Amino acid sequence: MASTEQTKVGVPSGKLSKAGVLSFLSAQGILIFFLIGMFVFSFFSEQFLSQSNIMTVVRQASIIGIIAVGVTVVIIGGNLDLSVGSMLSFSTVLVVDLHDKIGPTNAILLMFALTLMIGAVNGFLIGFLRLNSLIVTLAMLSAIQGFVLIYSGGQNVDIANQENTWFAFFGRGFVGGIAVPVLMFGLLAIVIQVVMSYTGYGRRIFAVGGNPMAAVYSGIRKNWCVFSTYLISAFCVACAALVLGSRVMGSQNNVGQGYELLVLAGIILGGTSLLGGAGSIWKTVIGVLILGFIQNGLLLMGYPYYIQWIVTWVIIILAVWLDLANKRKRLFTSHS
Amino acid sequence: MTSIKGFFRGRAKIQPIWVFVIALFIFFSVMSEYFLSFGNISNILVQTSTIGLIALGMTFVMINGNIDLSVGAILGLSASLAVGLQEISMTLAIIAALVSGILLGALNGFVVWKTGVNAFIVTLGAMLGVRGLIFLYTGEQSFFAMNFAFADFGTSTIGPVPVLAIIFLICALIMHLVLTRTSHGRNTFAVGGNPEASIDAGIRLGRHMMINFIIVGFFAALAGVLLASQMGAATPNLGRDYELWVITAVVLGGTKLTGGYGSIVGTLGGVLAIGILRNGMNLMQVPAFYVLVILGAILISVLIIDKKLNAPSAKEVRI
Repeated sequence: MASTEQTKVGVPSGKLSKAGVLSFLSAQGILIFFLIGMFVFSFFSEQFLSQSNIMTVVRQASIIGIIAVGVTVVIIGGNLDLSVGSMLSFSTVLVVDLHDKIGPTNAILLMFALTLMIGAVNGFLIGFLRLNSLIVTLAMLSAIQGFVLIYSGGQNVDIANQENTWFAFFGRGFVGGIAVPVLMFGLLAIVIQVVMSYTGYGRRIFAVGGNPMAAVYSGIRKNWCVFSTYLISAFCVACAALVLGSRVMGSQNNVGQGYELLVLAGIILGGTSLLGGAGSIWKTVIGVLILGFIQNGLLLMGYPYYIQWIVTWVIIILAVWLDLANKRKRLFTSHS
Repeated sequence: MTSIKGFFRGRAKIQPIWVFVIALFIFFSVMSEYFLSFGNISNILVQTSTIGLIALGMTFVMINGNIDLSVGAILGLSASLAVGLQEISMTLAIIAALVSGILLGALNGFVVWKTGVNAFIVTLGAMLGVRGLIFLYTGEQSFFAMNFAFADFGTSTIGPVPVLAIIFLICALIMHLVLTRTSHGRNTFAVGGNPEASIDAGIRLGRHMMINFIIVGFFAALAGVLLASQMGAATPNLGRDYELWVITAVVLGGTKLTGGYGSIVGTLGGVLAIGILRNGMNLMQVPAFYVLVILGAILISVLIIDKKLNAPSAKEVRI
């Protein structure tokens, strides 16, 4: 909020000049960082680069990844969504609880409808009433958590008959050897990346996030754009809830607690600026995978799981710092 | 003559939050026979002192246009240190706890200053990382205070007034005077209102922001020590979600997220509003689940009302 640095998006030039290669390298810095990290970890643990381990990590990261894809769109639009963790609790508890009561199909449909409604509330408050997104989604975080507890009566929910339900497909199924969560993550990421890069809608979101005033003057309906980003975010949360509920076949009422931070950490690692107007789904995918591999690599090396938080702390700040330093062509700020 | 008006200088109008506090006060006095007693009022002050102390520092940081999400984690670490190091020496434990808050605040501020990375990102990272440090230090164990002097301090009173309430109110008064009467306070508004102009005016922006991060770190640590003394114990998860409550209190008190506007008097009102709401609804036996929903709804309503009331003032020149 204090930083006033201009963010410039590196435009790759057509020719393969030295400057072009350099700008490509700096634009893909996080990917290089990722590859080096993988290389280092593979020295410390033999299982790390095995196919089964990589598949496991990607599968575990896919829930956070699915949510992060949606939140990236919100952030590109110049806002924040801190309510996704509570929303994940809400949607998971809802779909698992309704599964036994009204059947899987109806449960899924109702869950999507209600989650999108919460997204619409967020979008209305932030898009149309123009309230500050940080505070609104913070308030929603607490309110939705309250709703979850009221709905569940503070109890955890379970699916009674876990053997004979096709609901298991979303969390445990495989299509062509690829786990369904990974497939959903990949599909959502590709579809939304294409929408953001190649459609007028995507360009409008970038415009609204980059310079809201200019966007409004050029005839973009900013309110609707912001509103729609929260619907996308809610849709992604609903997909994640489907995966989570189906994998666990039950849900604690605080299952999503803290997810918003991991999601944000993944997005920030990917290099999306919180100021809005820049970023890419592709980099968010890389960022989320980095988080997953850090966690996995440290566990394989025998460290307790909370060490990953400390490592994440350092890496987040380093990644954002180097990105900023690259843009302003100097390592430290000039003011005293 | 101007003494009372001058005391609230700069922010002379009565903040809407105090109207809300008074309304809540009257509402709960009517609804619950237990609410309006000296014991309960001092109870509210003790319950709010933890969030209130952090909110004092957070007000400074938010007027600066920054935010600190790591306060809950700093509180947890200092509480664990204050209880965990008591085997060696109680004085050392308390000093170490307070110094940990100051150091982590300084680290946050230094990183924001030198790297220019957004405070939201820096403190978000710190929120995860410091929580990791807590687990590293405690080994996922809870600590219990064996030193009775420490455990008694949190529940002690001077006359009829609880010590924690006194500490909170004195700190609030000091921070109010710092914000309204000192050059540091003036610079805080200037930096939040217009960073470029304040650099041109000779304010050392980086150092200035770092000092405010140190202030909020110190208050978070102090709150941690007092909370640990109140409970006679510290758990690794202590202080989780506190940043949400603190930011809620400060925003309810009218401090602008974009910086340049806010007051300790407003923050005090915001903290009291949350405290009275929680206490009053408890007395009315509203389930805790509903309290979360009601607080969320109130926060959003306050934002909407604030937007409607203050829409023209956004165009005015600030300070």
